[in-house]
Amino acid sequence: MKPLTLIALCAPAAYAAAQWALGFAGLSNELGFNPAEWTHHFLGDTALRILLVTLAVSPLRDMTGWAPLGLIRRRIGLAAFAYSAAHILAYLWLDLLWSLPALWDDVLKRTYITLGMAAFAAMIPLALTSTNGMIRKLGRTSWEKLHRLIFPITLLAVLHHLFMVKGNQPEPLIHGAILAALVAWRLAKRFRRSDPEASA
Amino acid sequence: MKFWRNPEYQTLRSELTPEGLFLDRRALMAATGALGAGTILNPLTADAAPQKPQAAGAPPATAPTAAQAPQPGAALTARKTSYAVADAWSSEDAVTGYNNFYEFGTDKSDPARFADKMTVSPWSVSVEGETDAPRTYTLRELVDYSKLEERVYRHRCVEAWSMVVPWVGVPMADVIRKLKPKSSARFVQFETYLNPKEMRGVRLPVLDWPYVEGLRMDEAMNELAFVAVGVYGKALPKQNGAPIRTVLPWKYGFKGTKSIVKIRFLKSQPPTSWNKAGANEYGFYSNVNPEVDHPRWSQATERVIGGKGFNERRRTEMFNGYSKQVASLYAGMDLAKNY
Repeated sequence: MKPLTLIALCAPAAYAAAQWALGFAGLSNELGFNPAEWTHHFLGDTALRILLVTLAVSPLRDMTGWAPLGLIRRRIGLAAFAYSAAHILAYLWLDLLWSLPALWDDVLKRTYITLGMAAFAAMIPLALTSTNGMIRKLGRTSWEKLHRLIFPITLLAVLHHLFMVKGNQPEPLIHGAILAALVAWRLAKRFRRSDPEASA
Repeated sequence: MKFWRNPEYQTLRSELTPEGLFLDRRALMAATGALGAGTILNPLTADAAPQKPQAAGAPPATAPTAAQAPQPGAALTARKTSYAVADAWSSEDAVTGYNNFYEFGTDKSDPARFADKMTVSPWSVSVEGETDAPRTYTLRELVDYSKLEERVYRHRCVEAWSMVVPWVGVPMADVIRKLKPKSSARFVQFETYLNPKEMRGVRLPVLDWPYVEGLRMDEAMNELAFVAVGVYGKALPKQNGAPIRTVLPWKYGFKGTKSIVKIRFLKSQPPTSWNKAGANEYGFYSNVNPEVDHPRWSQATERVIGGKGFNERRRTEMFNGYSKQVASLYAGMDLAKNY
């Protein structure tokens, strides 16, 4: 299952690379007339959706009772980090022409970029501690505590999207609703678990 | 892919360009007094308008009747003007394939994909408010198709991209004079067609439909204000706002109104769609101004769309480079406040 997951997680990157290659060769018009815009939307959407998939792993495992699902959760989360990093690199390259002062200006000035960068910054410690060695070093409990950061990270990513679009567009709200459902499921589970203890 | 092409091929293409032939043909037609009855359809327009299956080289379409205006894609005869831009025209497929027309969806490719369903014939425009001639007008009553002119304007979108577009139409002042606004009319409002059956985008409240835009009367009478019925020498494709739209080159693109069905003359400043959606981001004036950023992005530079270069950018000019013609309209106004 691990190699299959890896293939699935690399597929969007392969798709984007193929579209760029086909585009340059003049064989496809999928990128359209604004390849930068297409790339930003594609990488950003992919990163955010993979974050939501990461959060869906535990509920799916509990619902299906299929324990091995838990084994792929970390690499899904890492893929979300990789696509976020690619998203920021594409932005630095295509929009800011590698100007770090311009990036800093944007981070300070534009709310949606502040939110997006905050989400990415918070992902860095999670990515760095994603190895087996780091789990052992930190201990399971504190590792899990640290990795609960994924909830605010995903919320920041949804808000980054929401504050970026023009007009009232449905997509960020759909992502937000999915995040809310995934959080609600966990709260309900905790409530169910604590309930009998309280009465005992 | 349109953002990069082999430069040698481009040179070859410009030598063989049908655009040049096309202009010659128009000059010829003007010289012989022929009207634009012939039809040249590029493949994209043919896709977008399957009800008119004429291909290039096919027999000419039926001559438009007196009441009917040219169908989308029909060739128009237009006089060349001195309104030009120093940069090359954006490619026609970019102009007709990369559009914001939220009534058909928010993706740039949605209008070209879905505008096809919009009924543009017959078409009428109702004129209301502070006017001595309030009634419903046909397109030919509004626009003198024998006096069409071609103006190449830079089109600057509020999203920080721009194109160079050869519009075909008439000065807005000519249209407005026909509509006899009263002296009490200080503003003019334009309203876009609205039909949820034909416009899939309006099923969601992305904006408060129908789309409305407005101008001060002196802005509307400025020489640059233009009413377009065509682009690239052909009647407007539906995704570009067929059959009639406004073009205000010194303002952000959204100030132009596509597929106009209503014109109202008013005593006071009318509400405008994007201003209703976000008053702190989209002002009534919305003049192109590199010094006043959109709250969420800089307006100092713009991405060039439909050009030959890869990821090309240019500096945004004050009033989109049209200061000479329009700066006097805003003399004494604080443009940071009246954005």
